[in-house]
Amino acid sequence: MKNTIRFPRAARTLRAALFFLAAALAPAAAGALPFWLHLPEQASTYAPQVDRLFHVIMWITGVTFVIVEAMLLFFLWRYRHREGRVATYTHGNNRLEVVWTIIPAVICVMLALLSRRIWEDIKENMPHDAMEVQVTGEQFAWNFRYPGPDGKFNTPDDILTLNQLHFPVGKPVVVTLTSKDVIHSFFLPEFRVKQDAVPGMHTRIWFEGNKVGHWEIACAELCGLGHFRMKGFVSVDTQADYEKWLAEQAAEQTQAEAPAPAGKPAAVPAAADKPGAAPEKGGNS
Amino acid sequence: MSTVAKPREEAHHAGVHAAPTSFWRKYVFSLDHKVIGIQYLIYALSMLVLGGLLATLVRYQLAWPGRPLAFMGKLAPEGMPGGQMLPEYYNSLFTMHATIMIFFAIMPILIGAFGNFVVPIQIGARDMAFPKLNMASFWVAVPAAVLIIWSFFVTGGAAAGGWTSYAPLSAIQPRGQTLWLISLLILGLSSLLTAVNFLTTIINLRAPGMTFFRMPLTTWALFITALLLLLALPVLSAALIMLLFDRVLGTTFFLPAGLVVSGQVWPNAGGGQVLLWQHLFWFFGHPEVYIMILPAMGITSEILPVFSRKPIFGYRAMAYSMCGIAGLGFIVWGHHMFQSGMNPILGTTFMISTMVIAVPSAIKTFNWLGTLWGGDIRFTTPMLNALSFVSMFVIGGLSGIFMASTPVDIFIHDTYFIVGHIHYVLFGGSLFGAFAGLYYWYPKMFGRMMNETWGKVHWAITFVTFNLVFFPMHFLGMRGMPRRIYDYSQYSHLKGLQPMNQFMTLSLFVLGAGQVILVLNFFLSMRRGRLAGPNPWHANTLEWQTSSPPPHENFVGRIPTVYRGPYEYSAPGHGSDYWPQSEPPGPAAAKAHA
Repeated sequence: MKNTIRFPRAARTLRAALFFLAAALAPAAAGALPFWLHLPEQASTYAPQVDRLFHVIMWITGVTFVIVEAMLLFFLWRYRHREGRVATYTHGNNRLEVVWTIIPAVICVMLALLSRRIWEDIKENMPHDAMEVQVTGEQFAWNFRYPGPDGKFNTPDDILTLNQLHFPVGKPVVVTLTSKDVIHSFFLPEFRVKQDAVPGMHTRIWFEGNKVGHWEIACAELCGLGHFRMKGFVSVDTQADYEKWLAEQAAEQTQAEAPAPAGKPAAVPAAADKPGAAPEKGGNS
Repeated sequence: MSTVAKPREEAHHAGVHAAPTSFWRKYVFSLDHKVIGIQYLIYALSMLVLGGLLATLVRYQLAWPGRPLAFMGKLAPEGMPGGQMLPEYYNSLFTMHATIMIFFAIMPILIGAFGNFVVPIQIGARDMAFPKLNMASFWVAVPAAVLIIWSFFVTGGAAAGGWTSYAPLSAIQPRGQTLWLISLLILGLSSLLTAVNFLTTIINLRAPGMTFFRMPLTTWALFITALLLLLALPVLSAALIMLLFDRVLGTTFFLPAGLVVSGQVWPNAGGGQVLLWQHLFWFFGHPEVYIMILPAMGITSEILPVFSRKPIFGYRAMAYSMCGIAGLGFIVWGHHMFQSGMNPILGTTFMISTMVIAVPSAIKTFNWLGTLWGGDIRFTTPMLNALSFVSMFVIGGLSGIFMASTPVDIFIHDTYFIVGHIHYVLFGGSLFGAFAGLYYWYPKMFGRMMNETWGKVHWAITFVTFNLVFFPMHFLGMRGMPRRIYDYSQYSHLKGLQPMNQFMTLSLFVLGAGQVILVLNFFLSMRRGRLAGPNPWHANTLEWQTSSPPPHENFVGRIPTVYRGPYEYSAPGHGSDYWPQSEPPGPAAAKAHA
């Protein structure tokens, strides 16, 4: 085609724009950005992988954004109406169409392949040496079931807790999720963990804490009027602290079972099943 | 010319009916597609105001959680006793905001209003193929709106399960949910009738010479949209009926065994599949996203060439990419369900198809840039809104890549990042497209121009404040703020976000106030606007080759014959910088026909 775009000029503008973008984003490396421009703290082993992918996409889309909007603004300024201006008569350019079909397609497929690997690690391949916890969502609380000393679920020595999830640092945890009533979503922001708890389904996910600390569990799927306060607590302990906590829970539970204390209303009204209550109804059992 | 098809006057009789004389037949139960289009316009704009007011209440709660609003204590004593919002009322508000905006505002304005008004004239038809069906479509949509508004006043309030109404929550909700289901079923029927009508009209009633590849891109977009509606809506209707049966007839399509609600075994449960609802809903829901964006893409593709005085860049690429979107749109629904418990391997397939569907949208964006390149650009109000569509749609499209990536979606799914994304597509995209269409076709609808200065003021306020309200949503999402949450101050990791939420809400107040300018401009211009004349924008398509507003049956005398494509602007050797589709070739003939 005779009407070649005046690339040198556009390219110079673009280079300048990219330079300014880089200069503006440089403080990110120094951690000088306000807190709301950061992803939350990384508390699981795969959180850095997820975040790296997030940042790769942010850079790709960010650069695309700047290029496209800069071209748009440049064209609007360069080709604005002035007396005597005549628009270029062209119906397009097939070579360009091919180029701008292939480039985004290649980038998108690359991103898909990159994502596929991480997704597989997080959601498909369960670790073998993991400790297991069962999580049951209900309006509006999280029930946790540990297998207890015998290592088996649904036996009398199971340890049940309400809204309290503890596990040791550096050990993978496999969680089996389900729900009693409606869909809830088990969201640990700092762990980059989110998985719906679906009634009638038992979904397995895993994660591994990489540091000791206390965080919160949020419900991320609308589950009714108390959705906003369906909050749990997660603690990643040292192995010793974890064992101590587990022993405390077990002791509390046997104590609670023996005298059957009356006049102790449940802290959360909707959560009828305090530790020691009958095992939850299984799907078909 | 050999491409001039055989005379099709015969076919045009299908849409012909006598001009009405009584007030009722002329303005209320009209068969005229132009009147029906304007009826849809009023309907959609009213619902847009209602949806906007609901959003304002949602944002008020997010900015100042729990702070009373005295007048609402009187207006909605059950939902906001003493002016203080209850969580269930908050859930109703965002559910109804989304439902109203999607089904009762965006779809009717793009398809019902612009589709109805513009398509028959653009293809050179005297009316829609089935005028009575067309009237029925509109009058079926009215009770749907009445029902959805009525649902606010029933016991337990309006539906509060989100616009996606995920089962089993939607199965155990109060009565408002039943009205929601019935209302959408009725509205779905209306849209289905419209889709059949559009397809028949576009296939059969094109003027002589109006081949498919001479159709304006607005018509192309509505053609594809109608196809999507026809194929996707029955699936939604089936799902709605199943959920309705679960609620009122005791079936258990979506209710698995052993459901225990508030400590009590749910009476009818067993054998149902919870995820089935999501599969059915999103099988409709994803094409629905394109149903709402394609017409706006068409309008933008219509307006950019007119005000760049240049042919659209890559006409066929534009048409083919819309076909690509339509096809791929049906195999990406699973990307809404990556974290739902659906098999993660299936998640990967849906990720790949989703990444691929980004490509046709990219093609369209580059072609819009190509259209501007080398143009003679006029910054009219329709053009400013169409350009806003392009620049904002880019943001909405790019942010979609984050959630297309399955691992990144783990974190941002169901957070405000998603809310930011959909508003960049639906407000930044669809609504700016609708504004562009409104300013562009207003002179054709009412015979008078809207005020340009106030139009630009309205555009500037909307464009700036839109970004101030919605861009920060991405930051909220990056901090892990879940959507649909009544009081985020419950969570320690979200506590610092209140100032940002307040800033967004204050920006929304300005955004909302700015729309008063549009309302005033809309109504005052009907009487006071400058007379438009048939072709105020010097455009080529057929709707500008007849009077404003067009007469009954659109064209005086014979249906025009079409000689060329719709975007022949600044053609070398032609006298003026536009060349109407119906102008016979050769300078002598042109004069004679004018």
